[in-house]
Amino acid sequence: MANIALKGVTKRFGNLTALKDLDLEITDGEFFVLLGRTGAGKTTTLRMIAGLEEPTSGQIFIDGQDVGDWGVAERDVALVLQQYSLYPRYTVRENLAFPLKSPIRRLDAATIAQQVERAAKTLRIDHLLDRKVDKLSGGEMQRVSIGRAIVRNPRVFLMDEPLSALDAKLREALRTELKNLQVNLGATFLFVTHDQVEAMSMADHIGVLNEGQLVQTGTPHEVYNHPLNTFVAQSVGSPPMNLLAGKLDKGKALIAEAGLAMPCRAAPAQANAGSSLVFGVRPEDISLEADAPGEARIYDIENHGVEKILTMRAGETTFAATVAANSQVAIDETVRFAWNPDKIVFFDGETGNNLQAG
Amino acid sequence: MAAVTSRAQRIGRPVSIIAILLVTAIFLFPIYWIGSTAFKPRNVATSVPPTVFFQPEITPFVKLFTKRAQLREQPTQEEYDAAPWWEQAIYDGGERVIKARGEPLLSQYPSRFINSLIVSVVSTVLAVGMGTLTAYGFSRFRVPGADDWLFFILSTRMLPPVVVAIPMFLMYRTFGLTDTHVGLIILYTAFNLSFAVWLMRGFIDEIPKEYEEAALVDGYTRIQAFYKIVLPESVTGIAATSIFSFIIAWNEYAFALIMTTRRAQTAPPFIPSQIGSGLPEWTVIAAGTVLFLLPVAIFTFLLRNHLLRGVTFGAIRK
Ligand SMILES: Nc1ncnc2c1ncn2[C@@H]1O[C@H](COP(=O)(O)OP(=O)(O)OP(=O)(O)O)[C@@H](O)[C@H]1O
Ligand SMILES: [Mg+2]
Repeated sequence: MANIALKGVTKRFGNLTALKDLDLEITDGEFFVLLGRTGAGKTTTLRMIAGLEEPTSGQIFIDGQDVGDWGVAERDVALVLQQYSLYPRYTVRENLAFPLKSPIRRLDAATIAQQVERAAKTLRIDHLLDRKVDKLSGGEMQRVSIGRAIVRNPRVFLMDEPLSALDAKLREALRTELKNLQVNLGATFLFVTHDQVEAMSMADHIGVLNEGQLVQTGTPHEVYNHPLNTFVAQSVGSPPMNLLAGKLDKGKALIAEAGLAMPCRAAPAQANAGSSLVFGVRPEDISLEADAPGEARIYDIENHGVEKILTMRAGETTFAATVAANSQVAIDETVRFAWNPDKIVFFDGETGNNLQAG
Repeated sequence: MAAVTSRAQRIGRPVSIIAILLVTAIFLFPIYWIGSTAFKPRNVATSVPPTVFFQPEITPFVKLFTKRAQLREQPTQEEYDAAPWWEQAIYDGGERVIKARGEPLLSQYPSRFINSLIVSVVSTVLAVGMGTLTAYGFSRFRVPGADDWLFFILSTRMLPPVVVAIPMFLMYRTFGLTDTHVGLIILYTAFNLSFAVWLMRGFIDEIPKEYEEAALVDGYTRIQAFYKIVLPESVTGIAATSIFSFIIAWNEYAFALIMTTRRAQTAPPFIPSQIGSGLPEWTVIAAGTVLFLLPVAIFTFLLRNHLLRGVTFGAIRK
């Protein structure tokens, strides 16, 4: 197992900059999730670490060694892709054995067979071993793909949205399984996804990538509660953090568009009275109360079983609130609400940066 | 889908079957004609109106393979009885088999046929082999000016080849390549290479490069990944391309006629050259033509599944 470091990595394709000055550290044995929208540069990052793509500038270290001029095989990483990574002509067993049969490993047949069995058991695909892979279901295929990665002991596991082609239920099940697998192996995982739920539920650390730039890294808790800017605030949480533009006025948050004046905690020094701000509040920090300071109309109700997600409108502004499922609300009803003043996050109205960062 | 048939379909089916049979008959008729001629007795072959029913005989094939001369005097009864059946057949036609030290001499046909085989097989292997590697390079690597190169490669096929026949002939004569196997092999490889590159590139483009990248990550080199992953995945393309190359080389007439005279002459210029010598022996020519048809038919038959999938590639794949 190994740690990975990227130092000032930039990748350009022609005149498109896919990654810009990326600094990233992944410590030995952690589950690191790189979260980003489509086109953010997630796959490019993985491919560069694997050696399939060369950075335009910057360095990549595996276990402290600059791997810049190492070949793909020498880097000894495992790569699991969203699709297409199994050899269609081979059976599951042949697919699992393929990495072990590489001439650079010089393993004898008995060892190979034994390691294939072990990996198959771990992933509960031993009953599929003699099937052709093109006859497998999506979930089974991804299990085999993961199996092909764990069958040898690579230094790091690189996973490119391995679950995103699966249906929701399977995704959830495999998520748990994958996390357990990582804990049991004590392996270093770099997992990329555009799904914030995956990121939040599996990661030891999350890195949020926006258009080729790393915006924030931190534990899921840090990223969730202390987003460095409005982009991160909207990248995690479902629904994401509400962002309401306004001003501070005598210790109150004045949101003119919504006609709201809400209490809030002590503002940071940079938030001068009168300067334009964005107030961030998580939907779960909004509650419906009879004599609360805010007033809004219920625009939409989504019932999620244990909770309801309300879309509320005040003036021209729409925001979400998560309330208990037994709350008595109806569409178009006008309600009063409060928010937790201690949980308000202040962002600069111009730059979108968190005013309490650093 | 199967159970529900509309009225139009019920009527359309027999009609389309009849149409298919008709078209097939038209296309197969020349083959039937040449095939039946190859088994006809000599006097029946050119009868007017044509004879449809006759006692088939194998004599034309015996004649095809042997060197013969007009009988000056009839063989004695012992000689006739001692001769094997095929020699008797020749005697029956008023000819004898020319022998050297007791062994019958072969006609030129077998050597021409073998020349055709050598030249076609070798040039096909070369064209498809080099074409596959070139196509792989174009498909997988960033080649500067790739589109221009590919256009250039294709452009070699835009000119009717015969246009360059005379300069080619002069070049070949200078280099001593006329009437050599190597010369024809180079020529046919060059003909087929351009379209082998184009066809194979289409096939290789369809193979996701993720397979090879996975193999690289799994600890294989680029070459190993090519042999283990790309080649098995492209057998269909290789089969289709091979058949096309083989047919083109096998049937090529114009250059073979100009460039070869004896040693390396292939069957296509040889067969018609037999028409010119004396009274044309139509049955023998027909027999030579029938045998000439066989390799392509056999080759195509063996690879038919690949060929069908190959030419409709992309359209019905998955
Ligand atoms: N080989 C390439 N040639 C040119 N541009 C490329 C190449 N590979 C990636 N890009 C571009 O680089 C950017 C980042 O791509 P990348 O595949 O890393 O995104 P991603 O975060 O993995 O997105 P997704 O979630 O859609 O997979 C995109 O704008 C993409 O178009
Ligand atoms: Mg991607």
